[in-house]
Amino acid sequence: MSDWVLRAGRSLRGLIPVTVTVALVFAGSLPWRLPAFVEVTPAFAAMAVFYWTIYRPERLPYVATFAIGVLQDLLAGTPLGMTALVLLIVQGVVASQRTFFRGKPFLVVWWGFAMVMPAAGLLGWAIASACFGTLVPLLPIIVQIVITVLVFPVFAVFFRPLGVLATPRPG
Amino acid sequence: MRVGRGRHLVLAVPGRAFAQRFAYAILACAAITLMIISQAEPRLVETLRVGVADAVAPVFSFFSRPATTIADGVDELGGMLVVHERNERLESDNATLRKWQAVAEQLGYENEMFRRLLKVVPDQRTQFVTARVIADSGGPFIHMVMVNAGQSHGVRRGQAVVNHDGLVGRVLEAGEHTARILLLTDLNSRIPVVLEESRDRTILRGDNSPHPYLAFLATGAQVKPGDRIVTSGEGGMFPPALDVGIVSAVDKDRATVHPFVVWERLDYVTILDYVVPGVFPETRRAERTGSLQ
Repeated sequence: MSDWVLRAGRSLRGLIPVTVTVALVFAGSLPWRLPAFVEVTPAFAAMAVFYWTIYRPERLPYVATFAIGVLQDLLAGTPLGMTALVLLIVQGVVASQRTFFRGKPFLVVWWGFAMVMPAAGLLGWAIASACFGTLVPLLPIIVQIVITVLVFPVFAVFFRPLGVLATPRPG
Repeated sequence: MRVGRGRHLVLAVPGRAFAQRFAYAILACAAITLMIISQAEPRLVETLRVGVADAVAPVFSFFSRPATTIADGVDELGGMLVVHERNERLESDNATLRKWQAVAEQLGYENEMFRRLLKVVPDQRTQFVTARVIADSGGPFIHMVMVNAGQSHGVRRGQAVVNHDGLVGRVLEAGEHTARILLLTDLNSRIPVVLEESRDRTILRGDNSPHPYLAFLATGAQVKPGDRIVTSGEGGMFPPALDVGIVSAVDKDRATVHPFVVWERLDYVTILDYVVPGVFPETRRAERTGSLQ
C-alpha cells in the first residue's frame, strides 16, 4: 500500500515540468494588464521549455512540447502548429547543447537563452509572415524577446525548486 | 512481424536516442502539416479553436478576475501617490464637463427639432451585449482578446466591439459562450473610417504596434495631427460615427492614429449588433409579426 502511494507520488511529481509549462501557457493568456506586459506578454512557454530541457529533459518529452505548442496556438490564435514547431526547435537545439550547459553557472545558461530566443523569434516571424501572407512587423517581436530574456532569471528561481521536486530520489 | 522485430532490435541497440530522434522528426513534420492544414482548411481550424475556447472559458473566467484585481492593485498603488493632484485635476475637469453637458443638452434638443422638421428616417436601433475580457493573446504576432459572450448571447462574426472610450475591434470568431475579438491594432485589422473634420474616407490598418495608421489616403486628403477619426459605416459592418481615435502624427506617406481605447483598462466591452437600415426588411417584418402573435 505504502509502496503504491510512493510510486504514485513519484510519477505525479514527474509531471511537474509539463504541468508548470501548461500552467504558464494559461497564465500567459490571462488579461494581466500590468504596465510592463500591456503590449506583449513574455514567451512563458519558451522559458519553461528551455529550462526543463537543460535540467529535467526526461520530464519534458518532445510529444509534450508539441502538445503545449498546439495548445498555445489554439489559445492565442497564432497559426496552428507555429508555436509547436518553434518550441520543438528550441528544445532540439538546447538538447544538443545540454552537456555544455549542465553544471555551468546561471549566467552562462542565461546567455544561452539570450542566444536562442532571437533565433526562435525570427523563426516565428518567418512562419507568421508566410501564414498571414504579409511581412509581420519585427519590432513587437524584438520587444517580446527582450522582455522574455530579462525576466528569465526570475522564472528560473521558481523553476529550480520545482525541478528538484520533480526528480525522484532513489529508494 | 519482421518489421516489428527489426524496430525492437534498433531500439535495443542504439538505445533511446534513436527513438527520440525519430519522434522528434515525426512531431516536427506534424507541426508543419498542421500549419498547411490551417492554411488549406481555415474553417476546420476555426471550429477547433472555438471548441477549445468554449471548453477552457470557465478556467479563464475564474482566473481572469484575480489577474485583473492584481493589475488594479498595482494601478491603485501608483494612484495613491498622486491622489491629491488627481483630485484637483478631476474637479477642474468636472467643472468643464458640466458646461459641456449644458451645451450637449441644448444641441440634442436643437437636433431633435431639425430632424422633425426634415422628417429624417431614424436609423435602426442597435442591440448590444456587454461582456468581460477573460483572455488576451498578448503576443507580438496577433492582437486578440477573448470575451465571455458568444452565439448564445447573439454575438456573431464581424460585429463591432466598443467600450466607453471608443472602438475596440471586431468579432473574429464566435463560439457558443465565448468570442474572440480582433483588436484594431492587429496586423489583419482593416476598419473603414472617416476624418471627422474633412470627411475624407479611408481605412484604418493595424500593424501589431499600439498605433494603427491610415492607409489609402486619397491624394489631396487633408489630414493633420489632432484630427478625430470615427467609423464611416461603409461596408455595413460597423455603425457609423463610432469614436476611433486621434491622428497623432503625419509624415510623408503615413498618418498614425492614437486610439481612444486605453488598452490597460480593457476589462468590459460592448458588442454591437448593428443591422444596416433597409437591408433585410423581410426578416425584420417577420420578427415583428412573430412578436405580436
